[in-house]
Amino acid sequence: MLKIKDLRVSINNKEILKGISLNVNKGEVHAIMGPNGSGKSTLASVLAGRDIYEITAGTVEYNGKDLLDQAPDVRAKEGIFLGFQYPVEIPGVNMMTFMRTAVNEIRTHRGLEPLSAKAFLALSEERKTLVEIGSRFDGRSVNEGFSGGEKKRNEIYQMAMLEPTLAILDETDSGLDIDALKVVANGVNKLRKPENATIVITHYQRLLDFIIPDFVHVLYNGKIVKSGGKELALELEIRGYDWIKKEQGEN
Amino acid sequence: MELSEVFYTKFSGAYNEFKLEANGQAPFINKWREEGYQRLLLDGIPHKQLEDWKYSDLNKVLDPAFIQLLKKPTYTFRLEDIFRCDVPDLDTQSFTTLDGWYSDTENPLQVLPDGVIIGSFREAALKYPEIVEKYLGQATKTAEDGLSGMNAAFATDGMFIYIPENCVVEVPLQIIDIISAETDLLVNRRNLFVGGKNSVANVVVCDHSLTFQKSFTNSFTEVFTENGAVFNMTMIQNSSNNTSRNSSVFVSQKGRSTATINTISLHGGFIRNNIHVALEGEFAESNLHGLYLGDRNQHVDNFTIVNHKVPDCLSNQKYKGILDDQARGVFTGRVVVSRDAQRTNAFQANNNILLKDTAHVDSKPQLEIYADDVRCSHGATVGQLDTEALFYLRSRGINEKEARMMLMFSFAAEVVDKITVPALKLRITDMVEKRLRGELSRCNHCAINCC
Repeated sequence: MLKIKDLRVSINNKEILKGISLNVNKGEVHAIMGPNGSGKSTLASVLAGRDIYEITAGTVEYNGKDLLDQAPDVRAKEGIFLGFQYPVEIPGVNMMTFMRTAVNEIRTHRGLEPLSAKAFLALSEERKTLVEIGSRFDGRSVNEGFSGGEKKRNEIYQMAMLEPTLAILDETDSGLDIDALKVVANGVNKLRKPENATIVITHYQRLLDFIIPDFVHVLYNGKIVKSGGKELALELEIRGYDWIKKEQGEN
Repeated sequence: MELSEVFYTKFSGAYNEFKLEANGQAPFINKWREEGYQRLLLDGIPHKQLEDWKYSDLNKVLDPAFIQLLKKPTYTFRLEDIFRCDVPDLDTQSFTTLDGWYSDTENPLQVLPDGVIIGSFREAALKYPEIVEKYLGQATKTAEDGLSGMNAAFATDGMFIYIPENCVVEVPLQIIDIISAETDLLVNRRNLFVGGKNSVANVVVCDHSLTFQKSFTNSFTEVFTENGAVFNMTMIQNSSNNTSRNSSVFVSQKGRSTATINTISLHGGFIRNNIHVALEGEFAESNLHGLYLGDRNQHVDNFTIVNHKVPDCLSNQKYKGILDDQARGVFTGRVVVSRDAQRTNAFQANNNILLKDTAHVDSKPQLEIYADDVRCSHGATVGQLDTEALFYLRSRGINEKEARMMLMFSFAAEVVDKITVPALKLRITDMVEKRLRGELSRCNHCAINCC
């Protein structure tokens, strides 16, 4: 589904990603871990199409098409979803109007009829239960005044509404207490399907107790320096990142 | 600076002609006109060397060749055939001026069942001289200049509204000002609005143009709110790029009264809005809200002075603008707190979005505080659309154009949401959206081509 080959990315002439290669197939859950500043969020943003980065080398293929060529909204329509580490507050844009516009743009792209207001509301109510948000977002502006936990739940609610093929969750666990973490993880798990894939970006192993990954990759200094199964995450939890840093230093 | 030669020639001839015509009016009107004319001769047209006119050059838009219609013209079209306002459910009572003249000749002044007196300013001065004389010029006298002089000297007509004591006007009163002549025009229009003690009224003023002729409208409005009155006025400016206007609103507020002035500048070549508020009675509240959307070479200049003269008053100012292409925006907001005006609350904010590098805005908030126990804040921002918000919206599948639209619209909504008449708010919301989408903002069923 996703083929990243030797991807190099800079910002302000500073190289952040220094040759990343990664294959993600449908049905798989990949965890990308690594210390702060290793380039995890840059990778997520580049995949979603944030244009502040300069891609200096490499290719990214998504469902057989060049991904880097596509505008962010086209990527979303093609099934890519980014769960933001820091969801953006947008005062004055009503949450439900925003979601309905997004759902209908994506439906139109997929050759489906736009949802009527009534059908949209029914779908929305159903998907809200996944992250247990009730009517808390109704009548509010996008993320405005939301607590940290509400913002993260909102990301998963949006994911549930947009039904992506490839979900990239950037530090979805940061700032969540354990109960909220369970709710969010539970939401993600319920949305897993054999034809979809998920990339979970996280600093801690904690989230991976609830979202079990098939593969774990360690990103350090702009490169994937280690890949393995879910046991790699446990090892990182026990030994910390110093072990990786040391190993890399020795190389 | 006294009136220039070319304008002197124009105005002296016109004034002599107009004086003859004006003889039928009440003596106090003639005196007021004469004083205005002398002021015009003395001060001339404001020019760019004056600090308050630094950014707006009247000499570029006020052409001495523009014609004044000093006698009421006869119109060959029927207004109701071309103009149908469809503010949904607004069910307004509407009144029209054409080229500065009150349009309804047969019924120039009406007394509505609730006692509201509404209609031609000129007629009101004849029928209700005691009211007009009491108020006329009382609010403008604090800042007379060549423009107010020109307006007094040449005001052909305008709107008069008197809301009696304790009267709550249920339906909004809508005033439609239309420029329709087939010549390049100079219009001087005078409005006088009085909200009696504890009265409540909503007034909507819509400016339109029917022609693509050039014009300059010099409009002066005095608003008086007596003790406890609530007066809301929403001005919608939606005229062709060939129109220029100076719109001066002077508000004089007695104790515990609330006056809210919303200025929505959707379209027009050159717009200068002056709002002068004098808070004369304790616990009075002033709200000034403005939204200006400019593109191409449009010029919108909002100039406000809020004068806290007595203690315990509140003033809020919120002006927001979105400027595209080579459009120019100006905001100058002055808050003056007199020495005795303790416990004043005064807030002012001006936010601007520039969609292109070529658009330009000057924002000048000014506070003059002579009292010590006050809460004042002011702030101005100029920026672009928030790129992070834009990316967030696009990452959900919303295309760039629509995402930009949503952000612009939400920016504008903060001002539109201040409009309290729900149906009017809906209507303006719709007009703003159409304007931002680059569609002609005009109402369905209406033949008026506003822009």
